[in-house]
Amino acid sequence: MRFAVLQFGGSNCDRDALHVASDVCGVDTDLVWYKDGLKKNYDAVILPGGFSYGDYLRAGAIAARAPIMADVVKHADAGGLVLGICNGAQIGAEAKLVPGVFTMNEYPKFICKGVYLKVLNNTSPFTNRFRLGEVIKIPIAHKEGRYIASPEDLSRLEAENKIAFKFCDEKGNVDAASNPNGCTDNITGVLGGCKDNVLLMMPHPERASEEHLISTDGMKVFDSMIHYLESKGE
Amino acid sequence: MLFDVNVVIKLKGGMLSPEAKAISHALSSLGMKSEYLNTAKFFEIGIDAENADAAKAKAAEMCERLLANPVIHSYTIEVKKA
Repeated sequence: MRFAVLQFGGSNCDRDALHVASDVCGVDTDLVWYKDGLKKNYDAVILPGGFSYGDYLRAGAIAARAPIMADVVKHADAGGLVLGICNGAQIGAEAKLVPGVFTMNEYPKFICKGVYLKVLNNTSPFTNRFRLGEVIKIPIAHKEGRYIASPEDLSRLEAENKIAFKFCDEKGNVDAASNPNGCTDNITGVLGGCKDNVLLMMPHPERASEEHLISTDGMKVFDSMIHYLESKGE
Repeated sequence: MLFDVNVVIKLKGGMLSPEAKAISHALSSLGMKSEYLNTAKFFEIGIDAENADAAKAKAAEMCERLLANPVIHSYTIEVKKA
């Protein structure tokens, strides 16, 4: 099993993701500079957080057009796992790995805090270690994280069970008060790909994957990926 | 032939614009009330093309592939001789 963590100019959570995948989970993981392309066969590609290309134009817009993203789209089309975290989610949405876009928060301020999420899909390669409806705590750190999609895309996402996480309160209530950025229907984790093999999420699971951090709930995202790949026999 | 192309990209109607809302609020705190206020991104692009239509088509491709995100944006293109 081998993971890749991509590095764009301005990625700054690449080493955190590498640390969790490699040191905490024990998966062979390469840091891959965006100019080098995806040269090996990877089971999973992680698009990490940060501020690629200074977030000029729109967050993630320029990185999404880098040639390596054509490799990532090809990898996803072939059923390979792609996890986009924060800026990685913005890049993935700009690359159309899922419908919709992550744009400026309703109150246009950078928010960095622990939030609660409700798990709405526990069958995907990224969420199979969670209980359905489980309330988890994972931090967010973004200014452009408000998810928007067309009404048609939203109903399709709902119907096809493509919504992995919604913001909620400690008790699991999904409402306006527990929505930190004004996103549509509190959505902050969206699945894509024919096998739900893409997950784009604004919260940072790699920042909630060790005992000394805010929680270890984020670890289950990585555990789910490993469990999925192992049960596939890879 | 070189054309000056002006591209304006703005949020589609009805989309929440936190930036416009903040600016509008700041204006009203200065005592200047605006009935509505939108913001936009403006690009001046020099494009070499056979004619104005071809320059416009090239600018439209730039909008579709990078400058705008069709989920949230609309755009206008104006072509002038350089």
